[in-house]
Amino acid sequence: MGMDAKEIETLILDALPDAQVRIEDLRGDGDHYAAYVASPSFAGKTRVQQHQMVYAALRGKMGDALHALAIQTSLPENQ
Amino acid sequence: MQNVMFDRIQKEIDNHDVVLFMKGQAAFPQCGFSSLVVQVLSQLGVPFKDINVLEDSELRQGIKDFTNWPTIPQLYVKGEFVGGCDIIREMYESGELQALLQDKGIASAA
Repeated sequence: MGMDAKEIETLILDALPDAQVRIEDLRGDGDHYAAYVASPSFAGKTRVQQHQMVYAALRGKMGDALHALAIQTSLPENQ
Repeated sequence: MQNVMFDRIQKEIDNHDVVLFMKGQAAFPQCGFSSLVVQVLSQLGVPFKDINVLEDSELRQGIKDFTNWPTIPQLYVKGEFVGGCDIIREMYESGELQALLQDKGIASAA
């Protein structure tokens, strides 16, 4: 199974068009990634809510096709 | 069926100040992410109830529905979902986790 970095990035950008997204392949096995997502839409949201927005963007693939995705959310630098 | 599971989960997080739904047991974590949270809690000297979702597939799915959070581990403090591995590590490194535990009156040996 597994996914590739581009697919993850596309899914996140589909749901959060204003986000800056960087995907890091942690082990090169298509199963362990880190996602750094900065988006103005995270403003005023708790970390849990921000991460839930990223999980929602992945439309159920998290924990299924994708085993491990370390998420780090933030507001854009200029915010 | 789901209500029975949600009631069971609610009872666990109501009856214990700190609850960690994890893969494996505190003494024998069976997943790196679960193990990391166990280490953080042990480092802080915080007693917690460990619940092994690998022993119960319905619980393993139920907990994800309960919080709309697709992964394990999941940490609860005083009945509130605090986060999974990433968030706990981030909060620990920034000191936010220690502050939260103090706010909630959770004794920690550290």
